Amino acid sequence: MPTNDYVAHAPGYVNNEGPKLVTKRFEYADSFTLQRFLATDGYTGLRTALTKRPVDVHNEVRGATLLGRGGAGFPAGIKWGFLPPGKYPYYLVVNGDESEPGTYKDRLLMERDPHQLIEGCLIACYALGLSQCFLYVRGEMALAQERIAQALNEAYEAGYVGRNILGSDFSVDIVLTWGAGAYIVGEETALIESLEGNRGMPRLKPPYFPAAIGLYGQPTIVNNVETLANVGWIMANSAEQYRAYGSETSPGTRMFAISGHVRRPGVYEVQHGVTTFRELIYGDNFCRGIRDGHELKTFIPGGGSAPWFFEEHLDLPLEAGPVGAAGSMLGSGAIVVMDETTDAVKAALRVVQFFARESCGKCTPCREGTRWEEQILERIVAGEGRPSDIDLLLDIADNISPGPYPVAAHHAQGLEAVPFPPKQTTICPLGPSSVAPIASTIRRFRHEYDAKITKRDPIPLRIEVLA
Amino acid sequence: MSFFTSSNLDLAREIVGRYPRPRSALIPLMHLAQEQHGWVSVDAMRQIADLCGVTAAEVKGTGSFYEMFKFHPVGSYLINVCTNISCMLLGGEELLEHAQYRLGIAPGETTEDNMFTLEEVECIAACTEAPCLQVNYRYRLRVSNTDFDSLLDRIRSGAEPDLSKHGTLTNVRQQIPIDRVANIVPPEHAREMPVWLHRNEASTTQAVN
Ligand SMILES: Cc1cc2nc3c(=O)[nH]c(=O)nc-3n(C[C@H](O)[C@H](O)[C@H](O)COP(=O)(O)O)c2cc1C
Ligand code: SF4
Ligand code: FES
Repeated sequence: MPTNDYVAHAPGYVNNEGPKLVTKRFEYADSFTLQRFLATDGYTGLRTALTKRPVDVHNEVRGATLLGRGGAGFPAGIKWGFLPPGKYPYYLVVNGDESEPGTYKDRLLMERDPHQLIEGCLIACYALGLSQCFLYVRGEMALAQERIAQALNEAYEAGYVGRNILGSDFSVDIVLTWGAGAYIVGEETALIESLEGNRGMPRLKPPYFPAAIGLYGQPTIVNNVETLANVGWIMANSAEQYRAYGSETSPGTRMFAISGHVRRPGVYEVQHGVTTFRELIYGDNFCRGIRDGHELKTFIPGGGSAPWFFEEHLDLPLEAGPVGAAGSMLGSGAIVVMDETTDAVKAALRVVQFFARESCGKCTPCREGTRWEEQILERIVAGEGRPSDIDLLLDIADNISPGPYPVAAHHAQGLEAVPFPPKQTTICPLGPSSVAPIASTIRRFRHEYDAKITKRDPIPLRIEVLA
Repeated sequence: MSFFTSSNLDLAREIVGRYPRPRSALIPLMHLAQEQHGWVSVDAMRQIADLCGVTAAEVKGTGSFYEMFKFHPVGSYLINVCTNISCMLLGGEELLEHAQYRLGIAPGETTEDNMFTLEEVECIAACTEAPCLQVNYRYRLRVSNTDFDSLLDRIRSGAEPDLSKHGTLTNVRQQIPIDRVANIVPPEHAREMPVWLHRNEASTTQAVN
């Protein structure tokens, strides 16, 4: 057995070789305490920030090209510049709703290093003049809520949060708040609705871009947990040092969760932009290949919403540009690896089922369409599919996220590229996301659909379970 | 008549005070009600409505959107088995099937002794540790069928001390000392530019303690 570098108190985290910016404290069992945080450079980023003018702090973050880690990859420094001048108060909402299938990193950051997150929030509030911060943690994450509550209590007590922080003129309250189980609340405008005490249904953008019209109608910055967790490091060191890691266009490091049929699944902090999928999945320093005796069939590069990738995409770097050009996205840093025993249609069904269950119901194409997609896939998997079902699936997909799709009737080969990024007839991207697994699998594994529809299933149904 | 106990009522008022608008406390207060009672009753919704300045129907309207809120009694232990993609690849569905068989109930049902409620859930952010589940929102990772059986045994014999009864999410609450609060007011009372932004006009910078 090769040694694994799992860290017992941070389940899934692999402390491998490589620079550690946001996970550097994970090796300590008490990494979530104020004491450990202070003993390991904690709050030096905040102290540095407070000696600078707020605008200079903003410029430092802008200079780091810190890309958002919540899914869209938009640079935080630029987003921060969208606040309309003078329309006070401004708010900060931290998106800790992590629930994209395959994604596991924000929870670790909240459980293992809550002060690092708090520090990032404080620096953002200082730089932009934000009046209050709400840390919205997914409802089901009890331990993360506990750790953040504990950390905030310590930080308030010690003068890092609240009135006159560290004796300065900077004052801000950070309030822990939480959800109650709904994936869609991770979408930023739905998050704001939820925080206002409503059903978590997205708002239409435009006009409801949070930076313009957000919480209580005020300008609001919404950032992902991991995005903000980087801010303290950037201030304590510098944008320049941050840019020494990763690539020119994607600097720094990024957390990736790699799950599924690999030898050493786990959460890794990886140099952004330069590492390739092949290194991540096969490298000795990372997942060490597909589980014994099996080979790669397909992988999802960026969470349940992302179109699937195959063998030929392995050498792409973990960078938004090339991954986007190849028709998918890095999304939320979630890579799901499937080997040849996987039933592609069943796997697609499971992802589609997720979107059907989590659709908020506000717009018809998504509310109805995802359910229809699910039902059709269900009957195909049950061996009751009809020959017209593939075209029907793609037609429904086209109504949620206009194609062109590889409609069999039109293309003998059925291999026309799926449009990406997806177009949408819906209010938010959830509906269109349901098309990704369908279009990906029909494109690549059409024979499996056909076999099921004509009842010649080539895939064994049995899955090996842990003894 | 008050649904909340007097200490929870104090706490509820404190929570409402943390938000610029009271309605924002709606979800946290429903969690508090569930912690006290195991599920959210009509009496609870009425009192939350009063505390948040909305109607009981609005409380139900918001609450019914969210899976974690239960409007009827559930078992003391809620077992949520993930069957989403990463868990499915490594036996999540088989684990759920085993759980149904062991508990003798289908997802959504509660055992006759009101001990366990079983649910099939979507990704719970532990995908690298598949297959996984939560019991009252505490994780159990890489769960085999035998692990599942012994988990049930240990719960029954009280040997899982980190599991509080259903409804209690955390054992630590945020507490903001009165003298440390910066300023929590409705937005219409916070139209001024935050004072520290005046530093942007200054050429010199300030030191900190
Ligand atoms: C359906 C949907 C679900 C989302 N879920 C999350 C989530 O769980 N966590 C998150 O940080 N962002 C999520 N996002 C992205 C947010 O809308 C938003 O872009 C992000 O929080 C911005 O933070 P960043 O700029 O720091 O990445 C989701 C978006 C959509 C459309
Ligand atoms: S696309 Fe789906 S989830 Fe998004 S707003 Fe429309 S119905 Fe709701
Ligand atoms: S898929 Fe089961 S925890 Fe993510």
